[in-house]
Amino acid sequence: MPSWTTATLEADRWETPTARTLVLSVPGWAGHRPGQHVDVQLRAEDGYTAERSYSIASASGPDRLELTVQLAPGGEVSPYLVQEFRPGDRVRVRGPLGGWFVWRTADPDPVVLVGGGSGVVPLASMVRERRRTGGRALFRILYSLRSPDDRYYAGDLGAASDPGVDVFLAYTRSAPPGSVRGAKRLSVADLNTHGFPAEFTPLCYVCGPTGFVETVADGLIALGHDPRRIRTERYGSGGGR
Amino acid sequence: MNLITRGFHGRRGGDPARIPPGQYEAHDFPVLSVGPTPRVDTDDWAFTVTTETGTAHSWTWDEFLGLAQERPHVDIHCVTRWSKLDTDWVGVSVDTLLADVESTADYAVAHSYGGYTTNLPLEDLTDGQAWIVHTFDGEPLAAEHGGPARLLVPHLYFWKSAKWVKGLTLTPGDEPGFWEQAGYHDYGDPWREQRYRGD
Ligand SMILES: Cc1cc2nc3c(=O)[nH]c(=O)nc-3n(C[C@H](O)[C@H](O)[C@H](O)COP(=O)(O)OP(=O)(O)OC[C@H]3O[C@@H](n4cnc5c(N)ncnc54)[C@H](O)[C@@H]3O)c2cc1C
Repeated sequence: MPSWTTATLEADRWETPTARTLVLSVPGWAGHRPGQHVDVQLRAEDGYTAERSYSIASASGPDRLELTVQLAPGGEVSPYLVQEFRPGDRVRVRGPLGGWFVWRTADPDPVVLVGGGSGVVPLASMVRERRRTGGRALFRILYSLRSPDDRYYAGDLGAASDPGVDVFLAYTRSAPPGSVRGAKRLSVADLNTHGFPAEFTPLCYVCGPTGFVETVADGLIALGHDPRRIRTERYGSGGGR
Repeated sequence: MNLITRGFHGRRGGDPARIPPGQYEAHDFPVLSVGPTPRVDTDDWAFTVTTETGTAHSWTWDEFLGLAQERPHVDIHCVTRWSKLDTDWVGVSVDTLLADVESTADYAVAHSYGGYTTNLPLEDLTDGQAWIVHTFDGEPLAAEHGGPARLLVPHLYFWKSAKWVKGLTLTPGDEPGFWEQAGYHDYGDPWREQRYRGD
């Protein structure tokens, strides 16, 4: 299994006022499969360590990777990574980890991607890897987010740069003015309208807070999707959806 | 390698005698599964022990509830880094289920509704170390936490405590399960941080 290696913050981008993309320089990093994550370890001066998992946001490539971390107020690790970590600072990472919640670029099947809050991160990696490799598999993304201000990767995750990738934004708290759907939780009707029908036997990837993943996976099954075609990544009880 | 993360102080307070290395104490009950949650009706539920010779011993839900019930009070440790202290369960000891089973097997594979499997040495399932539990904190075990019944092996990482368990197959050799084939450690001792294959 991969061992710990040093990662240095090279650059950053604010996705929202509470979520930051970290561009990490990791010499010797050999790339990853989209959907995988890394473990990040922080070490205090007295040797105390804390570790958490973060999905990789970028396409596969050598020597660097990008993570997007959502601030969990009162948390131990994410406030450091979002608010304190500066270019030139170093953490340790190991990975890539996870062998199931991955998309194979060679797989021609249509794909339904459902992300809640920061659960959109590994889905972005899949879209970027599809772009990098000139993939043709049809993607439909359902991205559940609180409000327009909470949107990650605006301008990067969408049909303009990726023919064959549809993005549906499901606002849960406040929708842009004039929105017909308004703001409400992602529903089975949304999955039905904006996903692929079960007859197409798409691969479904669902990622985000645990409660969100449970609800969406149950909804996909109710629509007739084969449970074995539904892959999930549960981030924990926290939020952002 | 002792790389220090500038400006990181961390949140202490976990009891190092009870929180294994790399873990933190969770107060909620997170969920780790790779797919949707199977919904199993107790009317259709059965638990089966199958030996290496193919002999099967089965219990229906009512028969299972009629066996001697124990109340383990244990700490649990998930590979995704949360530990939860002082959890209360009700269920049947694996010793009770194996009492009338003739076997010389050294390993077991736990099978679950939904198709997942995990492998364990049989000696980690016996002598009061493992249970099939159906109640958590006084309530029927919720489906997302493995209900109607899950295996509980608290001294190993929690993925070994197979959710939605429906049986144990006893095997002479070690046969990696679903999680183990997906890159997790074959044994999974939290105190030795055996998270991933090769740790
Ligand atoms: C495979 C995987 C991939 C992930 N990918 C991402 C990703 O791409 N981006 C992302 O942002 N996150 C991701 N996560 C979640 C991430 O690992 C962390 O769980 C998250 O950043 C919160 O960590 P933290 O240390 O900030 O909060 P923690 O300290 O773990 O706390 C979590 C929450 O619980 C509350 N809390 C904690 N302790 C207490 C206490 N004692 N009393 C009261 N409340 C408490 C905190 O306020 C906080 O809101 C992923 C998780 C997994 C499992």
